[in-house]
Amino acid sequence: MSGNKAQNEKRTADAIIVGGGVHGASAAYHLAKEGASVALFEKGYLSSGGSGRSAAGLRQHFGTEVNCRLAKYNLECFPTLQNDLGGELDLEFTQWGYLWVAYTEESMTQLEKNVSLQKSLDIPSENLTPGEMKRRWPYLNVERMIGAAFCAKDGHINPHTLTMAYGRAAEKLGARIFTYTPADKLLASRGRITGVQVAGESWSAPRVLLTAGPWSTALAASVGVELPVTSERHNLLVTEPIEPFNCPMTLCLDDGAYFKQVPNGSFFFGRDDPDEPKTIESGNSAKFLEGVTKSVLQRIPALAGVRVIHQWSGPYDVTPDHQAIIDWTPVEGLWVNCGWSGHGLQFGPSGGRLAKEMFFGEKTFVDIRNFRLSRFEEGDLFMEPAFI
Amino acid sequence: MMKEDDVIICRCEEITLEEIRSWIGKGYRHFDELKRILRVGMGPCQGRGCRDIILRELAKATGEPLDKIDPGTIRPPVKPIKLGLCAYGKEGSSI
Repeated sequence: MSGNKAQNEKRTADAIIVGGGVHGASAAYHLAKEGASVALFEKGYLSSGGSGRSAAGLRQHFGTEVNCRLAKYNLECFPTLQNDLGGELDLEFTQWGYLWVAYTEESMTQLEKNVSLQKSLDIPSENLTPGEMKRRWPYLNVERMIGAAFCAKDGHINPHTLTMAYGRAAEKLGARIFTYTPADKLLASRGRITGVQVAGESWSAPRVLLTAGPWSTALAASVGVELPVTSERHNLLVTEPIEPFNCPMTLCLDDGAYFKQVPNGSFFFGRDDPDEPKTIESGNSAKFLEGVTKSVLQRIPALAGVRVIHQWSGPYDVTPDHQAIIDWTPVEGLWVNCGWSGHGLQFGPSGGRLAKEMFFGEKTFVDIRNFRLSRFEEGDLFMEPAFI
Repeated sequence: MMKEDDVIICRCEEITLEEIRSWIGKGYRHFDELKRILRVGMGPCQGRGCRDIILRELAKATGEPLDKIDPGTIRPPVKPIKLGLCAYGKEGSSI
């Protein structure tokens, strides 16, 4: 897994993957499992970009059918994934539920619409009143809450071990994974992808998959492909561990604050802030710490005496409709899976499966036409009402 | 006598020297990678106890001098502080 070994290698593969987040690592695993020779290049360690920095919530609460179907597939994979990937790393998968809290009639109406779509697809979501919430989670301050949507089967996973477990399983199947090895640019000739340039050396492959999150934009541009994917910085904090009481992921739709307990007992707090810099760089601000604690402690006052141990940030790869781009590009042989706009980590299982199906020219298990790249030019945006 | 490998290096997460050496042996040669796999440095002490020891192990394994080993990211706040203090500038709740 260490870097700087790429120069001694045979520089060809059936597929080259650029970007070692969960989608790249899962694609490497799925492709290698079907016998393709794979080389993956990652500029840091696996999960060092958006994947590892995410709050790693797993949910089936979406407002578009295709996302619900993909999310349902993800949740079917997670319970056995740790063993399926070799059992070497603890994925910390838990199902403590995911709660969307409405503070206005308008957002409650949207949540009810989402829940009825989910129910029609056999996702076990439900609507809750503030009284029902108070009964289930007596520590929540339900003041001003109008209602909520909840799915008890949703949960959490460790985003680092998830990504690394995919990577290790891919390596055992013969994939070559080069960490600390950035790709300089993509290579194309006469409208066809020919490979990737890494540390000044050419690597050749008839197909290249770009899964580099917000770093995809510049890499795609190196062969003339324009991706409408921009970066936004989002922040999180983690507390010291306390006795686990299975507090679900709770997302407050008034100011975008969210919190949840994770399996070791720590809490994660996050809050979206439109004033955060639109940057790909991580960084930290005291403003986040003050704003998020003020907001979250109103909902769960009992945590005021718990200590924050660190904060971090990471980039979302945002598209105009907050939906991913999963498609072949106008450069033949180049395909992309990026632009997940903050909800991508949990789609690792389906993202890898789709990459494999696209590579082998199979029919995809879910119709992914809505994720096509040309939708932006066509003005046929695919708005996801349930994004954070 | 206790075997050297059984020595707990990270007291927050109870990680032994043997575990550290085993994952370094599998090719993980950066503090930040070991942190993601083993949680070393993620606990309340934020690596104050384990970081230097792990960096020495990395230096031994890679043959690089200690000052060339990337110490990894250190994140704010510098020491754990109560959430109520962050929110209200004083301990306890204002609600």
